[in-house]
Amino acid sequence: MIQPQSIGVVEPRRLRFTDPLRLRGGGVLPEYELVFETYGELNASRSNAVLVCHALSGSHHLAGHHAGEPDNVGWWDNLIGPGKPLDTRKFFVIGVNNLGGCHGTTGPGSINPATGKRWGADFPFVTVEDWVTAQARLADQLGIERFAAVIGGSLGGMQALGWTLQYPARVANAVVIAAAPRLSAENIAFNEVARQAILTDPEFHGGNFYEHGVVPARGLKLARMLGHITYLSDDSLAEKFGRALRHGKAVYSYEVEFEVESYLRYQGDKFAGFFDANTYLLTTKALDYFDPAFEHGGNLPAALARSSADFLVVSFTTDWRFPPARSREIVYALLHNQRNVSYAEIPSAAGHDSFLLDDPHYHAVLRSYFERVEI
Amino acid sequence: MGYRYDFEVITEWISPGEKVLDLACGDGSLLRHLNDVRQVRGYGVEKDPEKLVSCIANGINVLQFDLEKGLAGFEDGFFDHVLMSLSLQAIHNTQGILAEMLRVGREVVISFPNFGYWRHRQSILNGRMPVSESLPHQWFNTPNVRFFTIADFDALCEQNGIAVRERLAFDEGKRVTEEPNFLASVAVYRLGRAR
Repeated sequence: MIQPQSIGVVEPRRLRFTDPLRLRGGGVLPEYELVFETYGELNASRSNAVLVCHALSGSHHLAGHHAGEPDNVGWWDNLIGPGKPLDTRKFFVIGVNNLGGCHGTTGPGSINPATGKRWGADFPFVTVEDWVTAQARLADQLGIERFAAVIGGSLGGMQALGWTLQYPARVANAVVIAAAPRLSAENIAFNEVARQAILTDPEFHGGNFYEHGVVPARGLKLARMLGHITYLSDDSLAEKFGRALRHGKAVYSYEVEFEVESYLRYQGDKFAGFFDANTYLLTTKALDYFDPAFEHGGNLPAALARSSADFLVVSFTTDWRFPPARSREIVYALLHNQRNVSYAEIPSAAGHDSFLLDDPHYHAVLRSYFERVEI
Repeated sequence: MGYRYDFEVITEWISPGEKVLDLACGDGSLLRHLNDVRQVRGYGVEKDPEKLVSCIANGINVLQFDLEKGLAGFEDGFFDHVLMSLSLQAIHNTQGILAEMLRVGREVVISFPNFGYWRHRQSILNGRMPVSESLPHQWFNTPNVRFFTIADFDALCEQNGIAVRERLAFDEGKRVTEEPNFLASVAVYRLGRAR
């Protein structure tokens, strides 16, 4: 649905990079393409660029819609547009699909130039740091030396944090939403179950399912169903579905009875219909590996000493995937380093997914912050 | 928001470039002022969503924490000054927050409305709860949960081993030196850990 104040029709762009990218996990991408979208105009001094980093299932398509596809609205359209909190009349906003993705950027479903076949299981492991490096190369190509802000939610927030450590001089403001400085054992455990669902699907074929003309839809569906539960909250599930029964009473069957089952199956099927299983595996591993404090003996304040950006950190009260306490770890580590940091803990019933919604307080905080960002 | 004379006294006690924590910082105008005239490294704590947004608009660092839960994440002695302007009476855990402020700050500055002010006493004598410039709310909608006088606060400091380094009292923006517990509507304290 096209919203008021939408940016309107947008068109993805594509850039090819032929400088080999040496990856943190040891692999090398000899060449690659990044697909991205931009909104608003880069000003003459190139000082108004904002990079938006996407999470697990996001993409470069942040706002507006593609020509002839009025229903294909960008995933952060409620935030980005003329007159919206991230105002495209002031900022030049960039969304880029990350390496290993499945929305057009080089990923496991792309052709490996060395073999002429799809990368599949051979696609190298990619990390948050590698994504940041690739995003920086894109910024170079677009003539952007320094971002007015880098913003992201969840895994996107980790990239925003990563930017301030890898390229401290190139980020004026970092907006880190519903994120964590590293995953907990419980977070990794959920990711592992999701991966096992995919890896053990007979149609996965060790990651080379493309050659067999199949997709591991069952595994992907299970992974998504599990993930989806962790993005919501007990409250929001109770409010949306409660114990509502499709037949009004128990019929003692394994078919859909409770409405919540119907919802999860629908979400799982929808996701399995377009998302790449290898991308899902790679992305959950990138989440697991992210841990800037690791090289500092687990000392987060020491790790964040490199950052020089101003920060806005945001969390949501019912987010149990990345609870407020995880965001506060980031805040206290920044405080230790006497960085400029503001922190909002938004009361919201919607769990981790809150960062995608347009809660008035949440958006008022973002609007106020972006209004004060100097360009 | 706030009383300018309270701001001016507090500003006098802050040196340029200090690390300052302002608890229940409201719309951030005190920190904004301290940023402007003392170039402090300032952080505010504010729970109220609308005030938080005002703080961000004011260009100060603001953290949405609940003071009733203490200051557990802050490091010992990190701040040169920890401030609380006209808010102590709205916090349940009075002794806890005072101890926490003294833990994370080298020095604490606190101002509060004096419940023992003569107009308040007169109001009670007349059988009604006081409503004044320093206690502007009605009994049924006040955010205040602790009602105390200058003498009460002095006694608490004595009892808890808190050093009162300086105490200034005011009425209608003017210093009160005689009988402050009777004649002053607001008091401003500079506190430290006893040795």
